[in-house]
Amino acid sequence: MAKVPYTVPALDDLPTVPRIKPGAMSELKSYVAVAAHQEPLGFPGELVENWEQAAVAKMGELLGKYKSLRVYLDMCVKCGACTDKCHYFLGSGDPKNMPVARQDLMRDIYRYYFTPTGKVLGSLVGAKPWTKERLDDWYNYFHQCSQCRRCSLFCPYGIDTAEISMAAREIMDSIGLGQKYCNEIIGKVHKIGNNLGLPEPALVNTLEGLEEDVLDATGHAVKFPLDVEGAEVLFVTPSADFFAEPHVDGLIGYAKVFHQMGLSWTMSSYASEAGNFGMFIGNYEQMRKIAMRIREAAIQLKVKRIVFGECGHAWRVAYAFLNSLAGPFDFLDPRYPVPQHIMELTRGAILSGAIKLDSSANADKVVTVHDSCNIARATRMGPEPGSQFEYPRFVLQAACPKFVDMHPDATRERTFCCGGGGGLLTDELIDIRIKGAKPRVEALRDVVEQHGVTHMASMCAICKSQFTKVLPYYGYEMGMVQSVHQLVSNAILLGGNS
Amino acid sequence: MTGLSVFYAALLYVSAAVLVAGLAFKIRQYWTTPAPLKIAVTPAPTTQAGAYVRVAREAALFESLFYSNRWLWIFAMAFHAGLALVLVRHLRYFINPVPDLLALIQPLGVYGGMAMVGGLLVLLLRRFVIDRVRYITRPSDVLMLLLLIGIGVSGFGMKFLHHTDVVAVKAFIMGLYVFDIRELPAEPPLLAHLFMVALLMIVFPFSKLLHVPGVFFSPTRNQADDPREKRHLAAWAAKLEG
Repeated sequence: MAKVPYTVPALDDLPTVPRIKPGAMSELKSYVAVAAHQEPLGFPGELVENWEQAAVAKMGELLGKYKSLRVYLDMCVKCGACTDKCHYFLGSGDPKNMPVARQDLMRDIYRYYFTPTGKVLGSLVGAKPWTKERLDDWYNYFHQCSQCRRCSLFCPYGIDTAEISMAAREIMDSIGLGQKYCNEIIGKVHKIGNNLGLPEPALVNTLEGLEEDVLDATGHAVKFPLDVEGAEVLFVTPSADFFAEPHVDGLIGYAKVFHQMGLSWTMSSYASEAGNFGMFIGNYEQMRKIAMRIREAAIQLKVKRIVFGECGHAWRVAYAFLNSLAGPFDFLDPRYPVPQHIMELTRGAILSGAIKLDSSANADKVVTVHDSCNIARATRMGPEPGSQFEYPRFVLQAACPKFVDMHPDATRERTFCCGGGGGLLTDELIDIRIKGAKPRVEALRDVVEQHGVTHMASMCAICKSQFTKVLPYYGYEMGMVQSVHQLVSNAILLGGNS
Repeated sequence: MTGLSVFYAALLYVSAAVLVAGLAFKIRQYWTTPAPLKIAVTPAPTTQAGAYVRVAREAALFESLFYSNRWLWIFAMAFHAGLALVLVRHLRYFINPVPDLLALIQPLGVYGGMAMVGGLLVLLLRRFVIDRVRYITRPSDVLMLLLLIGIGVSGFGMKFLHHTDVVAVKAFIMGLYVFDIRELPAEPPLLAHLFMVALLMIVFPFSKLLHVPGVFFSPTRNQADDPREKRHLAAWAAKLEG
C-alpha cells in the first residue's frame, strides 16, 4: 500500500481550541467501495448516473423514517456550542470537522430541496444544490466523523451528528458511493460471520491454541468453547479478540472468569462477531441482518443468556438496539437482562465472591481507564444510570492496586473518542486518526506526568486497535494499552473456588 | 378607517395565521415521524417521566448549554428570559380587563427588554468575533438577530423617546378579535415594531426558530433509557419482520 502522509499535532498542556484552518482535511479520503463490496449489500456498484435526484429521493425517504434527522436538520440555531467539542476539530482545526459545520453539509442540501425558505431565499439561509464538489465533501467529511456523540451531549437541543452522518452514509451507499472499509467488512459478516473473515476452522484452531497457552501458563484447563449446544451463556465478542493484541489477553480474561464462576458458556462460529458495522453506515436493514445472526445462534445453541465482550459500538448496538432489531428475546432466561455485558458478570462475581482477584499481580502498574464513547454516551451496564462508568472502575480497582482517573472533562460522559471509531479504523485515514486522538493523549499525558500512570485500560476493540497504532506517534508505547479483562486475567485466582 | 389600519390588520391576521398553521404543521410532522431506535444520550433517566423532566430542564434552564459554554449560556439566558418577561408585559394589550398581578409586574418587562436586547447584541457580536462562529454563520443568522434587536429597539423607542397612545393600540388589538378594524396610531416606532413582529411570526415556522417546538422532540433527550427492559419498534421496522 502507498504510504499515506500524516502529521502529528503538538500536544497542548491546557485544552486548547485551535484557530480554524479551512480545508486542512479536505483531501483526506478513505477508499471508495467497488462493486464487489457494494453489490452483495444491495447497493449500486458505482455512482449512479442520476445521483442528484436519487440522493434527494433517499433523503426524503429518511426524513420520513427518522424523527432525529427531521428535527435535527430543522432546528439548529448555529449557536456554536458544539464547535469546540469534536476531537477531530480539536486535532485538525478543519472547520468542517466542527459538528455544526459537518451537519451543515447536509443541512444546506436539505434546505435547498426540502424547505420553502431554501427554495425562496437560497443562499441567504445557506441552501445549496448538489454539485460534485459537495458530494466529495460529503464523502470525505462524513467519513471523518466517528459517531461518538460528544457534540450531542453538549448541544442545547441534543442534536446528534452521528444521526446525520449515518443518514449521509446511507444516502451515499444508495447512490453507489460507499466506503470500502465498512462495506467490505459487512460483506464478510454476511458470508463468514465476522468482520475479519475468520472461518470456523481458523477459529477452532485459535481457541485450541489459547487453551494450550493458558494451561501452560497457569496449569488450569480453562476452556474456550465454540458451538456448544445447551450452554448457559452465548458469548459474543469482537473478532479482533481472537488474535489482536491486547484484545486476545482480554479474551483469556473472559474465559478465566467463566471458568472460575463455573458458568457454562459458548461462542458461536455463526455469530462470531459482536461489532455491527451496519450502524456505521446508518442502514437499519444491514444492522438488523447482522443482529439476527446472534438471535439465530442463541436459538440454535439453546442458550439461556447472551453476554457481550469488550467492544464499544458493539455494546451500543447490543444494549440499545438489539431488542428492537432482533427481539423479543422471550426464549431466554427472564431473570437476566438481554444482553448482558461481561463487565456486569465480572463485577457481580467479584461482589458475590464467585471469583477472587489478587491485585498484587498488577502492582507494577498505575492504571487509568479510557471510557469508550459509545459505551459512555449510549448505554448502561446495570440498573443505575452511570453504571457504564462505575462497573469498569469497580472491576479495575479490584484488579489493580493503583488506579487513577483522567481529567473529568475527558472521562465518563465527556470522554473523547479514541479517534478510530465509526468506520475510520483504516490505514488510509491515519492522518485524521492521529489528530483525533490528540485530546485523549493530552489527558493521558497529564496523568502520566502527575501520577506516573503506566497503562490505560480500554473496553473496546476499536479503541485498543486505534491506541496501539496511534500512541507511538505521540511517543508512548503500544503496550500501554490494556484490555480491562487482561488486567482481570492477571489478577484472578484460579482453582479451589468452585 | 385609514388604509394604514387596514394594512396592519391584514398583516397581523396573515402573520398570526401563518404562525399557527405553520407551527401546527411542523409539530404534527415531528410528532408523527417515527424514531425507530433508542438513541437517548446517556447517562439518561430510565423512566419516561424522568425523560420528560430532562426535556423540561433543557427547555427552561438550557442545562446542556450550561455545561457546554458558560458565557454563551449567560447571554442566551439573558435574551430568552428577557424575552419571556417582555411577552408577559405585553399581555396587557391582549387581555381586558388587565389582572392585578399583570399590572403589578409591568416594570419587570422593561428590565426584561434590556436583558433581551443586551443579550442579543452580544450574540450578534460573537458571530463576527469568534472565528468558529463566524464560519458557521449564514446571512439569515445575522438577519434574525437584527430583526429581534429591531423589535426590541423600536419597543424602547415607544417607551422612552416617542410615546405611543397605548390606549388606542389596545383598542386596535381588541378590535381585531371581533373583526372590527379600529384606528391604529400612525406613529413610526409603533409601525416598525408591529411590522417586524409580523415578519418574525411569518418566518417562525420556516426558520431555525423551529428550535422552540423542536427541543421537545429531540430523541436524544426525550427518550427513556430502557431498551433492555422494553422492546421499542417502529411501524416501518416491524414490517421488515414479515
